[in-house]
Amino acid sequence: MEPMMTMMKGNEALGEAAIRAGCRFFFGYPITPQSELPAYMARRMPEVGGTFLQAESELAAVNMLLGAAATGVRAMTSSSSPGYSLKQEGISYMIGSQLPCVVVNIMRGGPGLGNIQPSQSDYFQIVKGGGHGDYRMIALAPAAVQELVDLTILAFDLADFYRNPVALVGDGLLGQTMEPVSFPPVKTTDDDKDWALTGAHNRPKRVITSLELNPENLEAHNRVLQAKFAAMEEREARWEEYRCEDAELVVVAYGTSARIARAAVDAARNMGLRVGLYRPITLWPFPGEGLTRLAEQGVRRFLDVEMSSGQMVEDVKLAVLGRARVDFYGRLGGMVPTPREILGQIQELMGGEA
Amino acid sequence: MRAIKLELDQDRCKGCELCTEACPREVLAMGSQIHALGYRAAVAIAPERCTGCRACALVCPEVVFTIYKTA
Amino acid sequence: MKRIAGMPESMSAVVTHYCPGCSHGVLHRIIAELIDELDLRGRTVGVASVGCSVLAYNYFETDFVQAPHGRAPAVATGVKRARPNLFVFTYQGDGDMAAIGTAEIIHAAARGERITAIMYNNSIYGMTGGQMSPTTLMGAVTATTPYGRSEENGRPYRMAELLAQMPGTAYVARTHVADVANIVKTKQAVRKAFEAQIRGLGFSMVEVLGNCPTNWGMTPAESNRYVLTEMLSYFPVGEFKDVTKEALAGVHA
Repeated sequence: MEPMMTMMKGNEALGEAAIRAGCRFFFGYPITPQSELPAYMARRMPEVGGTFLQAESELAAVNMLLGAAATGVRAMTSSSSPGYSLKQEGISYMIGSQLPCVVVNIMRGGPGLGNIQPSQSDYFQIVKGGGHGDYRMIALAPAAVQELVDLTILAFDLADFYRNPVALVGDGLLGQTMEPVSFPPVKTTDDDKDWALTGAHNRPKRVITSLELNPENLEAHNRVLQAKFAAMEEREARWEEYRCEDAELVVVAYGTSARIARAAVDAARNMGLRVGLYRPITLWPFPGEGLTRLAEQGVRRFLDVEMSSGQMVEDVKLAVLGRARVDFYGRLGGMVPTPREILGQIQELMGGEA
Repeated sequence: MRAIKLELDQDRCKGCELCTEACPREVLAMGSQIHALGYRAAVAIAPERCTGCRACALVCPEVVFTIYKTA
Repeated sequence: MKRIAGMPESMSAVVTHYCPGCSHGVLHRIIAELIDELDLRGRTVGVASVGCSVLAYNYFETDFVQAPHGRAPAVATGVKRARPNLFVFTYQGDGDMAAIGTAEIIHAAARGERITAIMYNNSIYGMTGGQMSPTTLMGAVTATTPYGRSEENGRPYRMAELLAQMPGTAYVARTHVADVANIVKTKQAVRKAFEAQIRGLGFSMVEVLGNCPTNWGMTPAESNRYVLTEMLSYFPVGEFKDVTKEALAGVHA
């Protein structure tokens, strides 16, 4: 049977995708602009025998997630920037304790309370590890609702595979966008993991902790974590190249910015400009490999576009490593760039080179 | 005849002396020997006086005492 | 011969890191004995907090998860919601529960989470070196109240009475473990708290007054006398909520 296409908002599609991935536990705290997601879960979880619980804070929500994850089930929480800041505590503990889970950040303008408009200014927090300790987590950044569905399901699989939290990163624009989507059938998952806390019935006890007072042992534990992060870097980098084959200039952007940049790239191509788009799908591991190759193949300029003051651009520069020039264009505080603005930047850069 | 067997795992003892204070029959005292943890451990100086009231075992934070009793 | 005292099966036969005379060991043993007696070992998940009892997971032969500071009730909520047939308890100190974890404990109680919270109240932060906690008595000298706790630090508050007001609580009591008779009573209270969870009556909590010989600068015997005199005069023992009797009588059935 062909999968049915349905029109759905990003936030709600994310919720349905989580349920299809076998997630039966959702812990949340209200914050705009992700409110449709907990509301969807509150309605949908009882229908599938799952649990939606509204916590007293983001701190409580992420620690409920920790508790549920410790029992081996698929569980999720979601928030937006100020709330994600609070969730960093639990994320650090879950990484230290090697617990899988999915954490959603539908980013909004900051710093502080900022506003509720779309933003990408949490890149550092998500990618560079806003919590304490040496840690990494895979961060997936969809640019369309169907991709949001697919990456949500992937997020749960990656979390379980690596026993590490996975971040799903979007913004209010993606969350509110309504597009046709299709969902795979509901997945049955194996919750009886050999580390899960299920009660020490006819087996030795199991302990889940991030505490290790002996520094030699904690270093050894960190080496185990680092080996997992290295495996993620090796295997999990994902990106999309669009019209890059003969490009002289490549726009680098993710999520909502990439969607808008794509229209600018098409417009530039219509004007005869050799422009492409490089769209990181994983923010961490950062897909620098393709950028390095493009720089080696003769791309002379990269234009990084973000809804921030320039955060991902640091990773772009590291990947390009001086082989080509890297410029930046960003809008701040919840402002979203238009295709015309980006096209203007492209024209200026390419004209300037002529 | 009712019999009591009082066992002390002195290597667990941290020498806090709460048991000697709790014992109503002066069965226990602090020994002079230093044990595994570096403390003087409690000793049963008069086990024949023990009635199996369990006071020592109840106050002991280190589970030093095991007590057996014939029914 | 019948064994009438000794190491419970649910307690690990290791030497604890607790200081000589510290009552944490007494409370651990009481909990382990009850896990044995109620046949809970195979379905128990303990939640360790942050403080002196952070390593509690080394001392019980049950599954355990270690929670961030103050968040044990939230972690316990997640465990219990995910697997409702598990028996879930938290073990927290006064700093963990009454300071940094106030929001988590109040809301777990308000929601009536089917978990049991055990609070070891010795009115001080032990692990970090004896700082003032929310339950430190007025006038008490600590590392952060070198001139004694004064009005500018606020007054100590009573957690058991506070939680007894929460709509979701089934059983809330305060006991102490500073003498033989009250160690026995503490076990009776913890048993009732555990049974309240087993019977699905709601949230249960026992606040247990205990000593801290090291940070109080006293001998173990002196520190127990401080519990009996100073602490008991501010923190009365008793049962502040008990729906178990009403449930037996069918009131809540």
